Amino acid sequence: MLRLIVGLALLAMFSAPATALDREAIAHWTGGDPDEQHKALDDAAARGDLTAIPFLRDLLADRVKLAGDKALIVDGDKAVDALDRTPAELPADAEDVSTSNSLRLAIEETIALLEIASPDRALRLEAVKRLQNAELDESRVALLAKAEQKERDASVRDTLRQMRALGELQSSDRALRLAAAQALRTTISGRVREALKTRLSTEEDGEVRVALTRSLRNVESSLAVGENLGVVFSGLSLGSILLLAALGLAITYGLMGVINMAHGEMMMIGAYATYVVQNLFRTHLPDHFQWYLAAAAPVAFIVAALVGVAIERTVIRFLYGRALETLLATWGVSLILMQAVRSLFGAQNVQVENPAWMSGRVFVTDNLELPYNRIVIIVFSVDVLLLVSFLLARTRLGLFVRAVTQNRGMARCVGVDSSRIDTIAFALGSGLAGLAGVALSQVGNVGPDLGQHYIVDSFMVVVLGGVGQLAGAVYAALGLGVAGKILENIAGAVLAEIAVLIFIVVFIQKRPQGLFALGGRQVD
Amino acid sequence: MLYIPPAPSLATRLFDRRGWAFFSAAALAILVAAPLANLAIPEGSFGHLSDASVALIGKLFCYAMLALAMDLVWGYAGILSLGHGIFFALGGYTFGMYLMRQIGQDGSYHSDLPDFMVFLDWKAYPWFWSFTDHFAYSAALAILAPATLAFVFGYFAFRSRIKGVYFSIITQALTYAMMLLFFRNETGFGGNNGFTDFKRILDVPLATPATRMVLFTLTGACLLALLLVSRFLVTSKFGRVLTAIREAESRVMFCGYDTLSYKLAIWTFSAAICGLAGALYVPQVGIINPSEMSPAASIEIAIWAAVGGRGTLIGPLVGAFIVNGAKSFFTAAIPEYWLFFLGLLFVLVTLLLPKGVIGLFDTLAAFRKERAR
Repeated sequence: MLRLIVGLALLAMFSAPATALDREAIAHWTGGDPDEQHKALDDAAARGDLTAIPFLRDLLADRVKLAGDKALIVDGDKAVDALDRTPAELPADAEDVSTSNSLRLAIEETIALLEIASPDRALRLEAVKRLQNAELDESRVALLAKAEQKERDASVRDTLRQMRALGELQSSDRALRLAAAQALRTTISGRVREALKTRLSTEEDGEVRVALTRSLRNVESSLAVGENLGVVFSGLSLGSILLLAALGLAITYGLMGVINMAHGEMMMIGAYATYVVQNLFRTHLPDHFQWYLAAAAPVAFIVAALVGVAIERTVIRFLYGRALETLLATWGVSLILMQAVRSLFGAQNVQVENPAWMSGRVFVTDNLELPYNRIVIIVFSVDVLLLVSFLLARTRLGLFVRAVTQNRGMARCVGVDSSRIDTIAFALGSGLAGLAGVALSQVGNVGPDLGQHYIVDSFMVVVLGGVGQLAGAVYAALGLGVAGKILENIAGAVLAEIAVLIFIVVFIQKRPQGLFALGGRQVD
Repeated sequence: MLYIPPAPSLATRLFDRRGWAFFSAAALAILVAAPLANLAIPEGSFGHLSDASVALIGKLFCYAMLALAMDLVWGYAGILSLGHGIFFALGGYTFGMYLMRQIGQDGSYHSDLPDFMVFLDWKAYPWFWSFTDHFAYSAALAILAPATLAFVFGYFAFRSRIKGVYFSIITQALTYAMMLLFFRNETGFGGNNGFTDFKRILDVPLATPATRMVLFTLTGACLLALLLVSRFLVTSKFGRVLTAIREAESRVMFCGYDTLSYKLAIWTFSAAICGLAGALYVPQVGIINPSEMSPAASIEIAIWAAVGGRGTLIGPLVGAFIVNGAKSFFTAAIPEYWLFFLGLLFVLVTLLLPKGVIGLFDTLAAFRKERAR
């Protein structure tokens, strides 16, 4: 054991870089002329001065204070000397070190440049990635080249090569430029695109121009694929939320011909139920906090369903056959619910946290990242859809619901208790809205007027999809979501909203009953 | 179950001898008594009508016009619009353009352009602002612009026989989209601040009691005139067909009537009334912004009509006064209960008072008759 420690200590001694953190360097970094500060930082990067990293991090975190010629690192009311980390007295007149934004950027880049030499592969890769947007002058290109030579790991080496190529694109050496232009062919990022474009506008050498154009075309087409996929993905994610919101609406409207204006408020109730469950978990079951959503979903469903039953029994029941009046009455209910939530939880938005396993994202390509929470929501809404369609298509309750939807009178004649089915279906629809609220709480703000933002869109889904079949709602929701996002990408959010609306009005001209209407005759 | 005899109800009796007497009294009060009470009787003495009351009642008159417009389409033709706020706001905005140009160089930047355009660094008026410095053009536009929009939208909607809740939902989506559009600064209508800080109308300062009184009587006169026109419309053959469409549209079609043109006519007329109301509203209230186009604002118009009693013409006016009076009271005294009250009003009126306050009077009258018998 002792031998091991001695060995390690010796190793540490011999492998320590020639230059250690000294007063002079600190003085250069912390004070004086900004140009000199930047130069001192560059020098540190060039020396590969690893001992500087902790100090630079402290500097970034505003923990460094100056007292005379000493630099102190302050943590609360304790202070240590920056050089040897021994405890030190904190004088009352210790001065803060002011760091301008440009200096902070330089410090961050210096840390990244230093960490390229780190023994940890993941740390190295991450450091290179952090340099994505850094200024690459000749000295830095030289550093990258040196690191590249030492590098064993292929993927880190490739990344380093690409970074170096970005710098060398500006080189005065024609051969270097040509090689750089070719090397950047497979580097798919927005920065490379811009760098290639700028170089192309000033490049005079014919061969380099050809290489530049080729690489640029390749990078641009790859980028476009990523961007388009990203738009489609966010469209799907929006569509899946609309689907959750519209499923319940489609059931209640299809069954009872009732437009429930309080549907959006059911979503809000679901989101607030999630908030309450989250808080309960935080205070009572902090160890299982990450699983609070598993409890929140059923709670939200039940709470929203109960509110739905209450509304059906006290209001809607008495208004069957008077669709316009139902619309006004449920609007009134929505106002009451909104104000009630405002009185209970306050008018401000409340914070609903993503559980740890839902934050983070999958990197597909450099410009296509899929956040976990949105993926989870898509999966969730697919599950809910399957569950609902199973319920409607395969269970006895579903049979009754379909029977009442198609022909209320006939269903009653053969003994279906249609008013009980109404209540259950309304509860189901409201509960589904509650689930939509759970999903929404993970991607958006939770506030008293949450429902108002989605209600118009979910009605559009029902109008477009037609009544009586879930398939209509599914296609309409996904179609509206994707089309909306694509238009938003082209024309901006507001114009997209208006374009979608105009599309629906025009569409209804052709198919007044929506995409998938059940056949049937009606006369009034 | 209470038996209601098919006796002439208050609604249909509206313009019998008593109705006319009431109408003339109202006209006298608005056109003669109010100006005297406000301008001739000195402040502090008995019978003085304060400037604040003039402003409030003038605003209520505009709302009453909206309620009347709503009653024509909902009460008589059975078309529930949840987007009437668009037509109101469009009227307000188009006339507001004139008022904005009357500010001249008195804005905070002392430029020929309105402040918000200077702020956006615009150098000239956009094309749709052209000629708005002429009073007559702007006033005409305030009625024609909403009417045109209503005509185009109505033509497409009614042609494909969108009706019932579908129509209501689409009008709501329309007003929502328009609100988003007007919230944008680039649209050229002042973004979310809208138009405000008006100084003059027809080169006369707006803030004087005399100008306000002129606007007030003008609004009152317009309201009374529209009430007469509406009364003429609904009792004419045209109105009878509309009522028939409300009851059974298909049957009316089978009888050979072109229901599209009937619905389109009343729909466009209703929008024009809203535009006029908006144009009269803006100089009196002094501000117009996109929140007038919010779905909530439009659906409130429907509740005014429902509270007073649909299909009675006078009922919606009463409803507009009741609900807005309550709103003024609540928002001043106990603001947090206003939405509870409004929500309950929606629920209770639809559940218990399908014929509104006017219907309540009818029921009471019938009840008394029953007892007397």
